[in-house]
Amino acid sequence: MTSPATGSRRRWVLSAAGMLLAFAFLAPYVVMVLGSLRSSSDNKATPPSFLPQVWQWSTYSDVLGDERFRSWLGTSLLVAFASTVVVMLVSVPAAYMTARYRFPGRTPFLLLVLVTQMFSPTALVVGLYREFFELNLINTYGALILTNAAFNLAFAVWILHGFFSSIPTEVEEAALLDGVTRWQSLRKIMLPLTLPGLVTATIFTFIAAWNEYVVALTLMIDDSKKPLTVGFRSYVTGYEQNWDQLFAASVIAVVPVVILFAVIEKHLVGGLTAGSVK
Amino acid sequence: MGRVRPLVALAWLAPALALILGVVLFPAVMLFQASRSEYSITGLRKGAAGWRNYTNVLEHPDLGTVLTNTLVWVVAVVALTIVISLGLAQFLVKSFPGRRFVRWAIIVPWAASLVITAQLFVLLYDYNYGLINHALKSLGIIDTSIDFLGNDSWTMASMVLVGVFVSLPFTIFVFIAGLNAIPDDVQEAAVVDGASPWQRWRQVTLPLLRPALLVATVLNVIYVFNSFPIVYTLNDRNPGYLHDTTITFMYKLAFKSQEKDVGMSAAAGVINVLLILLVVAVYLKIVNWREETK
Repeated sequence: MTSPATGSRRRWVLSAAGMLLAFAFLAPYVVMVLGSLRSSSDNKATPPSFLPQVWQWSTYSDVLGDERFRSWLGTSLLVAFASTVVVMLVSVPAAYMTARYRFPGRTPFLLLVLVTQMFSPTALVVGLYREFFELNLINTYGALILTNAAFNLAFAVWILHGFFSSIPTEVEEAALLDGVTRWQSLRKIMLPLTLPGLVTATIFTFIAAWNEYVVALTLMIDDSKKPLTVGFRSYVTGYEQNWDQLFAASVIAVVPVVILFAVIEKHLVGGLTAGSVK
Repeated sequence: MGRVRPLVALAWLAPALALILGVVLFPAVMLFQASRSEYSITGLRKGAAGWRNYTNVLEHPDLGTVLTNTLVWVVAVVALTIVISLGLAQFLVKSFPGRRFVRWAIIVPWAASLVITAQLFVLLYDYNYGLINHALKSLGIIDTSIDFLGNDSWTMASMVLVGVFVSLPFTIFVFIAGLNAIPDDVQEAAVVDGASPWQRWRQVTLPLLRPALLVATVLNVIYVFNSFPIVYTLNDRNPGYLHDTTITFMYKLAFKSQEKDVGMSAAAGVINVLLILLVVAVYLKIVNWREETK
């Protein structure tokens, strides 16, 4: 056994190694933040400097005042919010039913959900494009919202299924005997008890829709309808290279999402591996 | 668990089913249909094409390159991710001051949009202004800058590095969950038996980590195979299909090539879907799925 003194020294060595590791993961994003705070020409200086020559905070107000950026941000917010609402409305009843009741078709349904989780819309993007093309829904928010909702449904169903299953049936049975309907029991008893699951599913869907790229790139051709992930790249093209604005837009897109993600970290692995890693 | 009439159950599942049918299964049908049709350059259907789109894909001069790229991309990213994550997870289950902060920092590449991270690396890798070249030169590792994204012998390696970087967080967290599930007394028993740390890891930890390892491997294979933004963004300035995987190859055929061949792209898409289904089947077998829902 080690003595307390060497034990605590060991802990500090581990700490130092930990900080190094954290730095390795954060470094590119530190460059992103610093890049947003220097001028565009400073971003293209040779040799490059780590810290900005001049700290230029005005890029953020420039970007936030930019008509194009505001419409991209608006699309991202609208699509992410609406997709999340659709996912929650659709997944809560499905997760509750499959967690609480047995009926023919239950296992095939859960299998179907699991398979959709494995499928990113990327592989199907040409099929999605054809469908929305035939329905005349190219360049519409509805198409993007439905696609985001469908492909993120699985995570929400899984995580909620797990949470609903963990509530003892006795809690509900008493209420159901008193003549409360299934719907009331779900709303008044189950949902308040599974709040962490609801929060996790909500945040995860929001982030996934916020970060989505390939479907938006394909369906949203009109510049004013693009979300941030597609639009922000037009700050750097062959004609104009506004790296400062590109980075400021990136920071605005990334920071809120990282904070939200940290909130749900605990439940993520369970939801993504569908209960196979305990 | 109670029983319920099938019609009542169906009513509760109907919205989810409608969404899956309408936006996952129906596009799959459309994809197959498109793969058997001929399209004009503007995207209008001109008629049936039989299996011609498939033979066009199979006879495409760049298909060999694209398949090789896909194999290298998936194998390299997944293998490196698994090995590095194993080590880092082992480290992150030890207790030390600041561990919470480190775990939080690791989340960032996972939470950030892949296309934003990829675009960020475009500048980091830049031949003239990139900090990576600058750092390597300052440290005396290289004398002249490397064209990480333009030089054909570096492009794949540069993409793999970013692929590993963004795949690490999820994999590390899966392994942390797996390690936490190993009971302490198993390790303690091995210590009492006089096993060296390496023996303990090799003969106790690793076998007990097997389920987590399998799940992480198969899920990563699926994610990395499906991955679009990194290959698409980092390889944006290169013409042709020299560094494309089957996913970006498919996309470019329909939307970026001169031909804009929707039918051929759809045929490539069908092949991609079949490949993913195969991996999913392996996954379901591994996790012994039926048991999980009981």
